[in-house]
Amino acid sequence: MINITTPLKEDVRKRLRAGDEVLLNGTILTARDAAHKRLFDLIRKGKPLPLNLKDSVVYYCGPTPARPGRPIGSCGPTTSSRMDDFTPVLMELGLGGMIGKGDRSDEVIAAIKKYKCIYFVAGGGLGALLSTRVKSSKVILFNDLGPEAVYKLEVRDFPLIVGIDSKGNNVYDKAGWKKK
Amino acid sequence: MREINVQKVREAVTELCLKANYELRKDVLKALKASLKKEKSARAANMLKAIIENAKVAKKKRIAICQDTGFVSVYVELGSSVVLSGGDLTDAINKGVEEAYKRGYLRKSVVSSPFIRKNTLTNTPVLIHVDLVGGDRIKVVVSPKGFGSENKSSIKMFKPTASWEQVKEYILDVVKKAGPDACPPVILGVGIGGTFDHAAYMAKKALLRPMGGKNPKRYLNALEKELLRSVNALNVGPMGMGGKTTALGVNIEEFPTHIAGLPVAVSVSCHATRSAEKTL
Repeated sequence: MINITTPLKEDVRKRLRAGDEVLLNGTILTARDAAHKRLFDLIRKGKPLPLNLKDSVVYYCGPTPARPGRPIGSCGPTTSSRMDDFTPVLMELGLGGMIGKGDRSDEVIAAIKKYKCIYFVAGGGLGALLSTRVKSSKVILFNDLGPEAVYKLEVRDFPLIVGIDSKGNNVYDKAGWKKK
Repeated sequence: MREINVQKVREAVTELCLKANYELRKDVLKALKASLKKEKSARAANMLKAIIENAKVAKKKRIAICQDTGFVSVYVELGSSVVLSGGDLTDAINKGVEEAYKRGYLRKSVVSSPFIRKNTLTNTPVLIHVDLVGGDRIKVVVSPKGFGSENKSSIKMFKPTASWEQVKEYILDVVKKAGPDACPPVILGVGIGGTFDHAAYMAKKALLRPMGGKNPKRYLNALEKELLRSVNALNVGPMGMGGKTTALGVNIEEFPTHIAGLPVAVSVSCHATRSAEKTL
């Protein structure tokens, strides 16, 4: 098990290999379909982003509301490939890492290699369990999107597997089912 | 005739939504534990253990098993000797779901229109299917389904002369294409025959039948077993990282169909396949 901390610097990203199990500590930002579309539209119009993406980690997640006194509700990953069209431009702007579930497009994998980025996989359907690794959560952007708003999460020992490393190695290729 | 107030249905729907989202179905949990015994790869076994642990945490803390608390389908079996009073059934069911999602800290995932996409903030409207049956009771089944797996579901209109082998190949392809996105180990509901819409309806409804049970039609039971074996030989495994457990179960439903066709629908469902039922 490898311990890593945000911000996720390039030297750390380059050391990780597909299949490595890691525990992530620090701050991550949630963003799913609607938030990605808004960020993408801002970039396309040449407007400044309301977020600093440099070495940041984005988590494809839309949590359930927190019960009173709890930091967050259920918070597992959603399908990453739906964000594929919006992802390379975020990497160009400094995004360090992504957390989701499932495979990525060839374009995203090429961008991961180009920008020495990294893609992590979290356990799909483990939202209740993963919620115990979140210390606090706060909506920081796009509040009107409800569950699709951008949340800032403080995580402790958040369990992940490296899905695609900075050299483009892919954990799903190792299982071999894609070629069958 | 027996009078049933729809407000009783509303209360039942609320209770069932909460139960379905917090408590993993017993048959699904049992299938997970059985799969764990067969799993050789450490990563696959650890994933199955984590899924079982997740179910424990969800039940204990009254927190959703999965953050995708789904689009809700409600299946009603309405006895012909029942007289409904106290309002409109559709309205009562929708109110029951709204109440559960608000009170139960469940995610509201429904948008008003496919293109306008404004969250309705109530997780409604829901889909309601009513079957008219004999007797003086109402059975209500609530099934919230996440879209990670829903997006991987598929339908194909085969030629009437197609073989089971061709149908099977198509179903295996659906599972491979679903890969890790559908949160394997998956559960497959397969609807064969009827019409385009009825095949999809049967496929989804098949998910409600407990895993590990016997299909009352003997030859379908044999096809289910064969299909499950083939799916589990794909090596997609838990989380798509390889392993013997790609599916926890396969349920097939069939219906008479037209001389010119053979519709096949596959409803892919995740390891957190949720449903709860009550008879009033």
